[in-house]
Amino acid sequence: MLLRLQGIEKRFGGLTALRNGNLTVQSGEVHLLMGENGAGKSTLMKIVAGLLQPDGGTFEWKGQPAVFTRPADASALGIAMVHQESLLAPHLSVAENIFLGREESFWVKRREVVARAAKLIEEHRFPLNAEARVDRLSPAGKQLVEICRAISQGSSLLIFDEPTSSLSDAETAEVFKIVRTLKSRGMGVIYITHRLDELRSVGDQVTVLRDGATVHSAPMADLTTDQLIRHMVGRELSALYARQPVEPGKVVLSIEQLSVPPLLKQISLSVRAGEIVGLAGLVGAGRTELCRAIFGVDRYTSGRILIDGQPLRLRSPQDAAAAGIALIPEDRQRTGLATARSIGENTNLASLEKVSRFGVVDHAAAHQVTTDFIARLRIRAESPQQRAGRLSGGNQQKVVIAKWLARGARVFLFDEPTRGIDVGAKAEVFEVMDELARQGAAILMVSSELPELLQIADRILVMRAGVLTGELGRGATQEQVMRLAAFHDAPRESAA
Amino acid sequence: MKLIFSGGLSLQRLLPFASLIFLFVGLSIATPNFLTETNLSSVIRQTAVINIMALGMTMIIIAGGIDLSVGSILAFGGLMGTMALEKGQPIVVGVAVGIVAGMFWGFTNGLLTTRLKINPFIVTLGTLGIVRGITLIVSNGLPVHNIPQSFSYLGEGMLGGVPFVLWILLVCAVAVHVLLEHTKLGRYAFAIGSNPDAAYYAGIPVAFHTVSVYAIGGALTGLAGMIEASRLMTGQPTAGQGYELQAIAAVVIGGGSLRGGEGTVVGTLIGAFIMGLLSNGSDLLGISPYLQQAIIGAVIILAVTLDELRKRRT
Repeated sequence: MLLRLQGIEKRFGGLTALRNGNLTVQSGEVHLLMGENGAGKSTLMKIVAGLLQPDGGTFEWKGQPAVFTRPADASALGIAMVHQESLLAPHLSVAENIFLGREESFWVKRREVVARAAKLIEEHRFPLNAEARVDRLSPAGKQLVEICRAISQGSSLLIFDEPTSSLSDAETAEVFKIVRTLKSRGMGVIYITHRLDELRSVGDQVTVLRDGATVHSAPMADLTTDQLIRHMVGRELSALYARQPVEPGKVVLSIEQLSVPPLLKQISLSVRAGEIVGLAGLVGAGRTELCRAIFGVDRYTSGRILIDGQPLRLRSPQDAAAAGIALIPEDRQRTGLATARSIGENTNLASLEKVSRFGVVDHAAAHQVTTDFIARLRIRAESPQQRAGRLSGGNQQKVVIAKWLARGARVFLFDEPTRGIDVGAKAEVFEVMDELARQGAAILMVSSELPELLQIADRILVMRAGVLTGELGRGATQEQVMRLAAFHDAPRESAA
Repeated sequence: MKLIFSGGLSLQRLLPFASLIFLFVGLSIATPNFLTETNLSSVIRQTAVINIMALGMTMIIIAGGIDLSVGSILAFGGLMGTMALEKGQPIVVGVAVGIVAGMFWGFTNGLLTTRLKINPFIVTLGTLGIVRGITLIVSNGLPVHNIPQSFSYLGEGMLGGVPFVLWILLVCAVAVHVLLEHTKLGRYAFAIGSNPDAAYYAGIPVAFHTVSVYAIGGALTGLAGMIEASRLMTGQPTAGQGYELQAIAAVVIGGGSLRGGEGTVVGTLIGAFIMGLLSNGSDLLGISPYLQQAIIGAVIILAVTLDELRKRRT
């Protein structure tokens, strides 16, 4: 027995990320950790790696209770983590990164370090050059460096946090080969993934998390794909906004064969006036990337984006905004709002010329626009002068929406509109979205909250690894969505 | 599957060095006064002060920091050292006092950035004023003149047919190079500047090494202050104004990145000498000092642009 976690709890402020995390890992075992976005997989692994401290539960390492206060505590006992975002020094060589922080003397004999690293790399037949600079490596190469680091520390448990999301198929195969080798050497491996189909061949044991709790743990061979999906989904439905669909008008936004390297391939979709189209998928499926491309942030290499049948030349968000497209981004604090500025300034930010005369802002007009939107969207604020950053999440979201309404946008891209806002505010955001749709806006909504998406969207498009894998109509189930989002070989399902 | 991209030493990497050679040859042809012992010695003496400061700045910039206060530290170090000389201390002691005085402020800068977790740009902008103010208060705004004649050897003397400062510069350059490339401190400086999170998660004592780098930078600046004092034969409380920008420019022309993680001693030396030759050449060619400033400014932008282009391509 390598690792045993029982009843692990973790809270962030008022939010419970984990309420009952259980996990047992043996040496020489590849343990898959599965679950939907936000199920608590990463939180649990961060606790194992010493990046976070649990609020409750028991943590046993090799039969002994263990408490980690720093990542170094975990690595000292032989637990290493390959991070999604690589934690390497890009300007240093592969060899230096492998042994970083473990130099024995004041003088660093670089040739010796390179020789040691080369020996390690040779031993495992990794396609790496010990002297190469890390910033010249591909994502897979960087992961290999982290793996080398873990091996050289004599780790007996290696955690991969969704390592294949940034890798090509060939690179993924290479990483799997390495995982098998590590396993045959008696190392325990925990592998966080959504992409079970790829891992059937690698995994021995599966543990499924849902809503912060372990719901199932079994040998891989005992579980069918259907059973796994059932364990992963089935989140409790909280009472939400029941939406009466409107009769959709003509097509407003259409996308034809859009490709955005490196992820998105040949995406085609259309959104009609009055329609809310949901975009489902797992982390890394390319939903945010698609929104960014439609909004002119990322360049597409082929395909077309059309508004009202007219192809657009999108080179920047400026072009997109001029064409009536609005992005309500996932990262509200950073890309959605000027948090240090007032509600009024944020509201008028995208449409200053409308309240300006000869380039001079008419503050009375701007104020009028702001107070109108505060009333219309029921933004709860002390005054139009209040800093946007001091509003609650839901009200911040409304300010972002107001900014685009003021500009006269007709196509709204909502990227995770309910992230980090409370239940009451969620319902209000949905109300605003519904109102927009009724007034003829075309809405594309990305959400990882499947129950929400199923309730609010008129249709759901599902993405996986940069391609659209299917479309589902109203009345679709979470299982249907999850099958399209997580499983490569799943048959395509048509609209219900 | 090809995981690795290994780039060789590209021609563009040699660009700063090639420009220096080009400048040197060009000036030798263009003006008869350039390639004379007197002129070259004077170029070396003029550049040595900036050069030695820039060596410390190289370490600081590699570690992801910046020190805007070096001009003030230079004056403080020079003043403290010459005051010790004025009191009758031997020259070696005076120079040591200058170095320690500089080191103290480097240490303080490092401590403020790491303890208060304030951006080093702001911290050293603050100490730029504080150190200058203290220097002026201590000296009452008056330069120190009463210095033994033999002190001038430090900045103006000759040894083995070349200016004595060239030897000091070489020793400092080799020391900083060895420190950066072959010791834990240097490699950690690169790691910290390259990705502070990675350094922290690798268990590196980030604060300790950051403070050390600033302290070494301060010590080198203190030494530069004594050389400056020796050349002027005064401890000048107003010395070194604007030198920080020249030191930073030398590092940046030499391929250092203000985002940290990059920079070399050789690059910095080349950077400082390119600026030195530009200014010397302009003097010899009779180009107005006003235009000189504009030329050097343009060269800084050009050098960094070329360097960025090179990096983007790899």
